[in-house]
Amino acid sequence: MPTMLNENTIAVTGNEAVANAMRQINPDVVAAYPITPQTEIVQIFAQFVADGKVDTEFITVESEHSAMSAAIGSAAGGARTMTATSSQGFALMWELLHVASSYRLPIVMADVNRALSGPINIHCDHSDTMGGRDTGWIQLYGEDHQEAYDNHIMAVRIAEHKDVRLPVMTMMDGYIISGAIGPLQMLSDEAVQKFIGPYKAINPMLDTKHPVTVGPFDGLHGWFFEHKVSMNRAMERALRVIDEVAQEYAQISGRRYHHVDAYRLDDAEIAIIVIGSTAGTTRTVVDDLRRQGIKAGMARVHTFRPFPVADYQEALRNVKAVGVLDRADSYGAQGGPLFLEIRSALYDSPNRPQVLPFIYGLGGRDIFPAHIEEAFGVLREAAAGKQIPVVRRYLNLRADEVR
Amino acid sequence: MTPAKKPATKAAPTTARAAKGAGHSTSTSSPPAKKARRPRLPKPKWDVSDIQKWGPEKHELGATIPEAGNSIYNETGGWRTYVPEIDVTKCNGCMLCYFYCPDAAIVVENGKAVGIDLLHCKGCGICAQECPQKAIRMLLEEKE
Repeated sequence: MPTMLNENTIAVTGNEAVANAMRQINPDVVAAYPITPQTEIVQIFAQFVADGKVDTEFITVESEHSAMSAAIGSAAGGARTMTATSSQGFALMWELLHVASSYRLPIVMADVNRALSGPINIHCDHSDTMGGRDTGWIQLYGEDHQEAYDNHIMAVRIAEHKDVRLPVMTMMDGYIISGAIGPLQMLSDEAVQKFIGPYKAINPMLDTKHPVTVGPFDGLHGWFFEHKVSMNRAMERALRVIDEVAQEYAQISGRRYHHVDAYRLDDAEIAIIVIGSTAGTTRTVVDDLRRQGIKAGMARVHTFRPFPVADYQEALRNVKAVGVLDRADSYGAQGGPLFLEIRSALYDSPNRPQVLPFIYGLGGRDIFPAHIEEAFGVLREAAAGKQIPVVRRYLNLRADEVR
Repeated sequence: MTPAKKPATKAAPTTARAAKGAGHSTSTSSPPAKKARRPRLPKPKWDVSDIQKWGPEKHELGATIPEAGNSIYNETGGWRTYVPEIDVTKCNGCMLCYFYCPDAAIVVENGKAVGIDLLHCKGCGICAQECPQKAIRMLLEEKE
C-alpha cells in the first residue's frame, strides 16, 4: 500500500527499514552472513550490536548453511532468533529451512529477493524464495520499505503464535526496495516491544530442569507422516493468525495488511496479480486504463505461504480474465509459480476466468508501464471472449525468435 | 568381532537357549536367563504406551522428546545375531567391557562383569574384542 507522507516520515533504504525493525524487536540471537543485496541489513544490525543499542547475541558465521544451523540451535535453545539472507545464501540454507520448520521453531528471516545463478546475476527476481515455497516457512512478500518493516514486526507475532509455531520469511525486492531510498514511518521502540511481547519458548533445550531431545531420528516406522500433517495444519491455521495479527497491528500503526492487496477490483473485468515492487507500477497503469474507461484492477500478493485461496476467489469473483505476472519461472511447468497457484485457486471459482501466465523481470530486467499495458491488452482480448492459448508471455524480452 | 567358529548350540547350549526371546521388547513370557534380567526401569513421565495410535495432533511440537534419558525404554536386544557369553571365572574386573559397551548392557556386581542385559545388548561384540582376559566370547544366538 502506498505510504502517506507526514512529519514522521523518514527516508531510508529497505535494508535500513528491516535493520531498524530488528533493532526494535531486539531479538536474543541473530546469526547471519552478509550477501548482496542483503549485506546492509547485517552490517547495520552489527553496528547496533556494537553500539549497545540491542541486547542481541550476534553470531558471525562462515556461511548461510551455518547461519541457519546456528539459528536453529539458538531457537531450539529457547531464544528469539532472527537471520537474513538473499539468493545464493538462501539456496545454501536449503536443507536447514526444512529442519527449522519441521522442528516448529519460530525463526524470523528477512530475504532480499535476488536472482539465483547462473549466469551470475545479483539483481532482483523472486526465484530464490519461490524455490523455497515448499519448505514449510510462512512467506510474506512486501511491496515497499514500509511493508518490509511492518511485515518483519508482524512476523514475530505470527511465528510465535501457539497455533502456528512455524518460521516466517519476509521478502522485499532486491535493490528496488532494499537499496533504494524510500519513505518509512517507524513505530516507537516501546510500541514494538509492547506489540511483540515477551517470547515464551516451547520445550526449550536450555531449560535444564526439563531436559528434552530435539531432532531425534523418527525411526523407520515412526511418525514422520503425522508430523508433516501437523505442519500443514499449522499452515492452515496461520491464515487466520496472520489476519488477526494484521488487524491488531493496524490498531497501533494505522496500516492494515490483507492476504491479498486488492486494488480497484470490485467491478474489474481484467486483473493483474503481482508480487512486490512492481505493484506500484501496475497501480499507475490501472489508473491510466480506468481513465480510459477500461475496467482494470490489480491484486498484490502479501501472503504466499499459506496461500489464501478463498481470498483470491473472493477478490477476483467478477473478473473475466486474469494475468499473473511471475518474477520467477518454474521451468517446464505450465507457468510461473504464482500462476500455478492462482489458476488452481480459480478452478473452483464460479466465474472461472481465463488465467494467463506472464513472466517478467528475471535477473532484474526492467519493467515499464508499457509492458504492463501490453499484458492488460492480452487480457482485454480474453475478456472480450477470445480464447487465448495458455503459454508464457514474456514482458520486455529481447527479440523473441520463437513467437 | 570374533564370533564363535563352532556352532553355537554345541559351544554353549545353556546360554544360547536361555537368551531365547529375551531381547524382544514385549516378550517377557519366556524364562529370563540367569544373568539376563530385565533392568528395573523407572516409570516414564512421558506416557507413550499407545503411541502407535497417535495422530498428528497428539505429538509434541516439532517431534521433540520431552523427557531425558528415555533410551532405556527402547529395547534394542532384538537386533542381535550374536550373543556374548561371560566366563566369570576369567574376569579380573578391569571394566573395559563396561566402558566400551555402547548400550550400557554389561551387568556388574562387586566390581566384576557378571552378565549381559539382553534387552539392550545389540550383539556388536565390542566387549569380546576388548576383554584382555578373553573372558567374553560371541555365540550365534538361537532364536525361535
